Amino acid sequence: MDATYEYLVWLLPAAASWPSWLVAAIITALPALACFMFMSLSPLIYVYAERKVSAFMQDRIGPNRVGPIGLLQTLADTIKLLFKEAIFPRKVDRKLFVLAPILVNVGAFMPFLVIPWGGRLQPADLNVGVFYVVAIASLSTVGLIMAGWASNNKYSLFGGMRSAAQIVSYEIPAMMILLVPVMIVGSLSLQDITMAQYGGLPNWFLFRYFPLMPIAFLVFFVAGLAETNRAPFDIPEAESELVGGFHTEYSGFFFAMFFMAEYTEMFVISATATVLFLGGYLAPHPALQQLDLPLVGAVPMGWFWMWFKAWSLVFVMMWLRWTLPRSRVDQLMHIAWKVLLPIALVLVVVVGGLVLWPPTAGGFPWDRWVGWPLTLGLFAFLLYVMVRAVQWSRRRTQELQAVSR
Amino acid sequence: MATPETIVNEWDPDALDTDEMILQMGPQHPATHGVLRVELRTDGEIVKAARPHIGYLHRCFEKHCENVDYNGVMPYADRMDYCAAMGNTLGFALAVEKLHGIQVSPYVDTVRVIMAELQRIASHTVAVGTYTMDIGAFTPFLYLLRDREKILDLFEWTCGARLLYNYNWVGGVSHDLPEGFVRATRDLLREFDSVTYPELLDLIIHNRIFVRRLSHVGVCSPEIAISHDLTGPNLRGSGIARDLRKDEPYCGYENYDFEVCVGKGQYGPVGSCFDRNWVRVVEMRESSKILHQALDRLEKMERTDVHEKVPKRVKPPKGEVYFRSEAPRGQLGYYVVSDGNVNPYRVKVKSPCFTAMSAFHHLAKGMMIADIIALIGSFDIVLGEIDR
Repeated sequence: MDATYEYLVWLLPAAASWPSWLVAAIITALPALACFMFMSLSPLIYVYAERKVSAFMQDRIGPNRVGPIGLLQTLADTIKLLFKEAIFPRKVDRKLFVLAPILVNVGAFMPFLVIPWGGRLQPADLNVGVFYVVAIASLSTVGLIMAGWASNNKYSLFGGMRSAAQIVSYEIPAMMILLVPVMIVGSLSLQDITMAQYGGLPNWFLFRYFPLMPIAFLVFFVAGLAETNRAPFDIPEAESELVGGFHTEYSGFFFAMFFMAEYTEMFVISATATVLFLGGYLAPHPALQQLDLPLVGAVPMGWFWMWFKAWSLVFVMMWLRWTLPRSRVDQLMHIAWKVLLPIALVLVVVVGGLVLWPPTAGGFPWDRWVGWPLTLGLFAFLLYVMVRAVQWSRRRTQELQAVSR
Repeated sequence: MATPETIVNEWDPDALDTDEMILQMGPQHPATHGVLRVELRTDGEIVKAARPHIGYLHRCFEKHCENVDYNGVMPYADRMDYCAAMGNTLGFALAVEKLHGIQVSPYVDTVRVIMAELQRIASHTVAVGTYTMDIGAFTPFLYLLRDREKILDLFEWTCGARLLYNYNWVGGVSHDLPEGFVRATRDLLREFDSVTYPELLDLIIHNRIFVRRLSHVGVCSPEIAISHDLTGPNLRGSGIARDLRKDEPYCGYENYDFEVCVGKGQYGPVGSCFDRNWVRVVEMRESSKILHQALDRLEKMERTDVHEKVPKRVKPPKGEVYFRSEAPRGQLGYYVVSDGNVNPYRVKVKSPCFTAMSAFHHLAKGMMIADIIALIGSFDIVLGEIDR
């Protein structure tokens, strides 16, 4: 808020003398509008990315007709969905039926309020940020159950019930893990958590207490996957079992809203994981935090790093979805209650103890040697895999050409 | 007054008022492999009872047969099991040849074996691919269909059709193999053996989630399998090595060296959904083995006219015949009665998928809903063949 005010005054010095209610209205509306535009338009990119990623993984080309390399495909799809008739089956509970996708979207969009994109680039720095994200994100569950119930369809009901059971189970390990960075920092504000990781990549929470925090990150990521209903935990909308799960009966704009919410939630979970473990908007090296351009001067790059890291995680989610089969309901519960939750509890106790014990309050002594080798090793491995894959596919293409000669 | 005792009773989970729900799965459902309707009586996620309803795709195949001549039956036979049309027509052609007393040349036999085995691979790729999709993995499905396309290309090259071929005729086949077919098939098989098959195993078959989903589900004991007349991969999945290509060889299958694959129960009890699927996967490899041998044989063989033995008019003598063959989905039997006319007097089909569905309600009891999908998929049913 204060930052917005300063920007405003910097842009329009006259604004300082405007009536305070007008200024308040503007500085509230502008970030809200910006956030809302960003959130509602970015699913266009996510969907396009997902379709292209899945196409590459499946030996296909993907959308390539509408616009250059198919870039406008999702826009066309969205427009189609918006103009389609929304069908209300005769026996649906109309009020809940309409309310459900709205509630789901509220749950998906509201966490953006506290996600920091830079030191001052944050709509609101709540001092209960983490708590707020958790509380608001759970709202969408209510929407899903509502959709399942209001549709008056047994498959939808199953979908709603499953999503309730799943989210309730997975929220507990996720919450436990959230406590770990919060304990290290001693604050719930996402801004504070980010700043506690200042000083380059080895200071990120992912590489503190070396073998412990990576495990915590994995647990959080898995639980987050389950919360967003993504494969391999997509049982609430399991297409081959429940047709479409909770959104079986939805069409047109309402269906688009569910879709938008799903992709937004993916981004929210990734962004939260980024803030908690990957240093949020901080660059891997402090020198990269700003880009010194001629003429323009220093350009803050925080938004880029935030976006880049969150997107990498979103990519991993897509990658998993197009690789793994779906788990079963009871196996899902098994993973949540018997695997993730004990790990999370142990981590909370152990890391909590380590934080309190003065010699290890800031991390293990070897922590600063771990970050870079691990990261570089990971990227080197990915590069190797990619090069091998390209080589392999080239060889295979040649073989196939030899065959069809 | 609410004593502590009554309060406890009120919260006794068994005393809660619950209701069973009837869930109609199908006929329009993405995972019932066609227009199968399964009536599920569910208690939450648990299925108390399941009853399959068939007949949505009934097209009077057997009645049609009485009104067309013998070669006219072939296109209809193609349409029974549309995923494995070659196997259907082969069975009918062999049955009528037996009735007619026609003995085709070894060359035609070999061509028929090649086609049947290519079709078996194509059919199993669809079976395994759709099965992985039922379990929720979409990518292997597309990989497998990509490889099936190449087999269909071969079929198209040979006889012009990609799905319903009308290839096997009474007394021969419709077209001879084109020039270069052997080499193209060899290339395809080499690719299948070295790339597709290992890739399939790595990607999905030994995937931990996949195995955990299937290895203890839908366990069909050998007794149930036999008493419900399961055949083909479904029977072999229960650990019974019965394959008509070995036991009652036709088309010269006795000359080929291949193994009968049975479910081994690597990850759980023998006869689980995993084993039935596993048998299909391994059978593709065995089919490839047979194909290699058949191609070798074909190269050394003298070419004969594939229409040599095709009668001008198929008019078998009065009598009846039963002939069964190993189609990709199991034993496909044809009972043909002839009254000496150009039309068959009666044709009755013993369809493997139909009998497999009879075991369904036994195995489905007490499952979860997700497992019902896995069970239907593991039988690899084609509704066109069940309903005919």
